[in-house]
Amino acid sequence: MNWLIKEARIIDPSQHIDDRMDILIEDGKIVKLGRNLSPSRKKGQAGMELAGLVVAPGLVDMHTHLREPGFEYKETIQTGSEAACAGGFTSIACMPNTNPVNDTRSVTEFILRKAAETNLVRVYPIAAITMQSQGKALAEFWDLKEAGAIALSDDGKPVMDSAVMRRALEYADSLDLPVISHCEDTSLSSGGAMNEGFASTELGLPGIPGIAEDIMVARDLLLAEYTRSAIHIAHVSTAGSVRLIREAKNRGIKVTAETAPHYFTLTDDDLRTYNVNAKVYPPMRGSTDVEAIKEGLRDGTIDAIASDHAPHALTDKEVEFEYAASGMIGLETSLALGLGLVATGILTLSQLIDKMSTRPAMILRIPGGSLRPGSPADLTIIDLERSWKVDDEAIRSRSKNTPFLGRDLTGKAVMTMKGGVVTYDELHN
Amino acid sequence: MILERKDILGIKELSKDEILLILDTADSFIEISTREIKKVPTLRGKTVINLFYEASTRTRTSFEIAGKRLSADTINISASTSSVVKGETLLDTARNLEAMNPDVIVIRHSAAGAPHMLAGMVKQSIINAGDGAHEHPTQALLDMMTIRAKKGRLENMKVAIVGDIAHSRVARSNIHGLKKMGAQVTVAGPATMIPRDIEQMGVYVCSSLDEAIKEADVIMMLRIQIERQHQNIFPSLREYAQRFCLSKKNIPLAKKDVLVMHPGPINRGVEISPDIADGPYSVILDQVTNGVAVRMALLYLLTGGKA
Repeated sequence: MNWLIKEARIIDPSQHIDDRMDILIEDGKIVKLGRNLSPSRKKGQAGMELAGLVVAPGLVDMHTHLREPGFEYKETIQTGSEAACAGGFTSIACMPNTNPVNDTRSVTEFILRKAAETNLVRVYPIAAITMQSQGKALAEFWDLKEAGAIALSDDGKPVMDSAVMRRALEYADSLDLPVISHCEDTSLSSGGAMNEGFASTELGLPGIPGIAEDIMVARDLLLAEYTRSAIHIAHVSTAGSVRLIREAKNRGIKVTAETAPHYFTLTDDDLRTYNVNAKVYPPMRGSTDVEAIKEGLRDGTIDAIASDHAPHALTDKEVEFEYAASGMIGLETSLALGLGLVATGILTLSQLIDKMSTRPAMILRIPGGSLRPGSPADLTIIDLERSWKVDDEAIRSRSKNTPFLGRDLTGKAVMTMKGGVVTYDELHN
Repeated sequence: MILERKDILGIKELSKDEILLILDTADSFIEISTREIKKVPTLRGKTVINLFYEASTRTRTSFEIAGKRLSADTINISASTSSVVKGETLLDTARNLEAMNPDVIVIRHSAAGAPHMLAGMVKQSIINAGDGAHEHPTQALLDMMTIRAKKGRLENMKVAIVGDIAHSRVARSNIHGLKKMGAQVTVAGPATMIPRDIEQMGVYVCSSLDEAIKEADVIMMLRIQIERQHQNIFPSLREYAQRFCLSKKNIPLAKKDVLVMHPGPINRGVEISPDIADGPYSVILDQVTNGVAVRMALLYLLTGGKA
């Protein structure tokens, strides 16, 4: 598809661009950025006037759960992809905690085949570090990479055994595969339902102390340093983790980190009504943690914002709080919640796009995250002023488990384009 | 005055006036239980369901007697396992009960927040008879009723709550209630039994029994659950008893007219020595008697009764 996009505010952190420009797209690729571009002679070229709107490189969500295979009642690659497009994402990485776990070539290939059939968003499978994510035997990293896996994680479960994690880091680094660590010391967190603090004390719910995360972050940083390998810390939720990662970066350890929008938007006080849709692991923390997460985003300690999109059906959630499944959907709310950081002056818009597109693509070593000529025409068109309400009926994900239901948000992806093909469009509908 | 709320889920939500209304109503009901014919027709035609997901003798019997003395039809449902294990969700159980048109559902559940979930789903009044480590509002009300009856007031009473505060819904409900009524509350136990940031509830925290009960007007001893030894929150019952058993040895530190309370069931010789449990300071059985009156008062007020 060929396009000439006129008069948009182009933001591309990979080229330090934040300017009013035109973009010429031919054959699904970006050809040129500049002022007053003239249409090319290609057939079927369409013009698009986007004055007042932002055009950014397609958003990249490096941490989602698509639930297929095995939990299709929660989400499928199809419904998850539809939610991604509506949220402005053109690339998403999906975690391996499916059933079966993505610890073998056949599961990776299945996911890629389904994603190709759906063909709405670029789906990048993350394979398991250990077989069945049980933390014992390493999965076949090389074979998984050959099959199309782009990173490794036992997300949802930590690799508790330090020797296993050491070997995983060494082996993966030699294959240039990023390792994404879910940091949780289960001996401290086991049985917990929410953050340990005043709210858990009053609510009488078993607590998960912040140090359950901090201790594992510290261990993984030490392992990364010793093995001279890279590590990516998933869903950072505590002030302690931010401090440890900041220190590690200053000392030159190859660490990157992500957080999720709920960790800078909500606190454990939001569980006061026993709202199961706000139950998530790691749990929402206290206000000092939220402030530290924001500071970590601001000063670059936290490289990326990922949704940790974790769909659960009503039947998984409509039970007593302690028994309810953990996790919340996020693909369709991440951008607006991220824009909240821009509105409050914590990030510039360009920094936000960097954390939601350019950096995650770099960390995962995948294409995207850039509007450089020659890149695939993956674009997210954002209306910064658009006010909208998170509405049960409008959610495209198969599951509706979000604590932001009913909330008024500002800013939205109004069009998403993958390889020059429009995958979501509110502008012309 | 009437109680303008559908449910009793916790003491935290109650105002001081509401607590006083309940206590005054309970005081007026105490006499019924002393009559030759212990029954009044007040709740005739009303149905009360006791839905107990956790073992209980005292509380369930107390609710049942309370309902029966007011002529309500009371039904007891004991689910031996949690809803998850049983296969039917709490939501489905609740909807089935709702379809039978009871007036009040009393629920005890091992999961904190279960009564709140139920209250949001059904139109009937819900009384929380204990939810996990969260709240046990009727226990706190009967405790406050007992203190008020013996001491004439709650204001400025020095109350020590001793034991496994972290796992105690009785402690939490009493802290909320006693603080609202102007009492001073100290909690004590090994640090492993003191939940995080509890000082923010307005209590003093100490780790010695002697310090906690010094000059106390009221001492509430909590039951130690032996199975929690496996969680390493105390090394042994022997050591716990040596440090925290209320006995003749330490009780002189408290005021001369101190009240000794316990929500039961007691572990004799662990948190409380037999001579104290059965001795002159003990009001443990008054608590049980007052429990019936408090539950009568709540059933009456929630079904629209006027005080």
